[in-house]
Amino acid sequence: MDAIVTVVGKDRVGIIAGVTQALSASGVNILSISQTILEEYFTMIMKVDIGHLSVDRKTLNARLEAEGGQLGVQITLIHEEVLKAMHRI
Amino acid sequence: MVFTNAEIDETIQMFRSQKLDIRTITMGISLRDCASASGAQSRQKIYDKICRYAENLVSVGEAISLEYGIPIINKRIAVTPIAMVAEASSDKSYVAFAHTLDAAARQTGVNFLGGFSALVQKGYTRGDRILIRSIPQALAETERVCASVNVASTQAGINMDAVRQMGFVVKALAGRTASTQGLGCAKLVVFANSVEDNPFMAGAYHGPGEGEVVINVGLSGPGVIKSALENLEKAPFDTVAETIKRTAFKITRMGELVAREASRRLNVPFGIIDLSLAPTPAVGDSVARILQEMGLERVGAPGSTAALALLNDAVKKGGIMASSHVGGLSGAFIPVTEDEGMVEAVQSGGLSLEKLEAMTCVCSVGLDMIAVPGDTPAQTLSGLIADEAAIGVINHKTTAVRVIPVPGMKAGDWVEFGGLLGGGPVMPVSTLSSKAFIDRGGRIPAPVHSFKN
Repeated sequence: MDAIVTVVGKDRVGIIAGVTQALSASGVNILSISQTILEEYFTMIMKVDIGHLSVDRKTLNARLEAEGGQLGVQITLIHEEVLKAMHRI
Repeated sequence: MVFTNAEIDETIQMFRSQKLDIRTITMGISLRDCASASGAQSRQKIYDKICRYAENLVSVGEAISLEYGIPIINKRIAVTPIAMVAEASSDKSYVAFAHTLDAAARQTGVNFLGGFSALVQKGYTRGDRILIRSIPQALAETERVCASVNVASTQAGINMDAVRQMGFVVKALAGRTASTQGLGCAKLVVFANSVEDNPFMAGAYHGPGEGEVVINVGLSGPGVIKSALENLEKAPFDTVAETIKRTAFKITRMGELVAREASRRLNVPFGIIDLSLAPTPAVGDSVARILQEMGLERVGAPGSTAALALLNDAVKKGGIMASSHVGGLSGAFIPVTEDEGMVEAVQSGGLSLEKLEAMTCVCSVGLDMIAVPGDTPAQTLSGLIADEAAIGVINHKTTAVRVIPVPGMKAGDWVEFGGLLGGGPVMPVSTLSSKAFIDRGGRIPAPVHSFKN
């Protein structure tokens, strides 16, 4: 079950480390990463597999929320099916 | 599957900042097999059946919301019009049935249950009469039950006896709920051409032509449409219409995904998707602001009806392309107290009840959530209902009236209903009398269906 994780916010040390740590601790497998810095803004889009979570979705969402708060970035996890429904016929 | 950054960002913004949501997953349940000569037995059957079918409705809704990351605001139930079920009993009042529905709603955890209803467009049965008489007490004494009465249709014409009676029912209900500013009236809709599969409250019921049980999904997102138009300053209307259509398509596809998933998990057939731009009092969730985005200073300015016509039609077109089963009301709602942009327009003096009536010719429903003075005569309310019914009957569309004659308040006073119902100024109503007109009763014949000029 694939999903897209986006991370947006002001650049600083340790964003990738923090986010990937939160993901791996929850059993999320990262399939691909694309990351850029536009002016001073950090943007990362990851494709991940959430089919074998070690925690429930509520816990995963809470961890990402907490991690985002700590790093000062906005982390969003969106199910691939939602994007598929909206953008592919 | 690969998505572009722009696509991903567009979807995230829809949820994060533009308030796109699944407004309701509504389970329609037939209660036709719950009729019984004994009222008590019938109520037991109703309670048991609703609780059995809807046992997992709320938990499945919450699970889908969590898994897909899509906000699902309400889980609701619609049932067979109770007049049809209860009239097999010898009961002289159906208030007890409303209490049963309220209890079932609490047990299943849904916030509203619609279907305390009667369809009397051509005439009354004994059960219809009892149900309509029971409405004021039933809605005053229950919390989650919603009622509706269909008083007209394009095929049958307008039942003016029912139109007259509903004016008095609305007044009586406002009186019984005077301590909450007549809030009971927010749970009562008077329809013309009501639809059998509408998932939105307060007008949802499970029509007699529907199957045993069905899942209907209502989605909303005025903010998404408004945002899509923000970059189109000075663009011609072709571009505006096309943009609305494309956006409606995308959000309806998302609704269909949720509907199919809910249907699969609950093992209940998927009925329809209803994309209705249903505003809430929250800033950024307003239909009025979409019309403003098209270039009107405020809603009510000349051009408002044309703007709404374009919006309503483009939303329908996009939705129809996106799902094979589009139904319900599908279009744009124009309630007043629930839409901060409408409230602002009324406050500025630029939007009158008469302009709203004109706009209901092209919106998806009718006069909705409008507070009027508490001393408005019942026959004047009936007059408003008759005018709306005529618009619906002649134009082959659903129209409705949900007005609240706020006890003790005058035009210009501020009334606050709270929550999703919002608040707003009490709007002035014409003080010219409709009494002799309404007191005639009888039926206005069905209109001619050809010679359309």
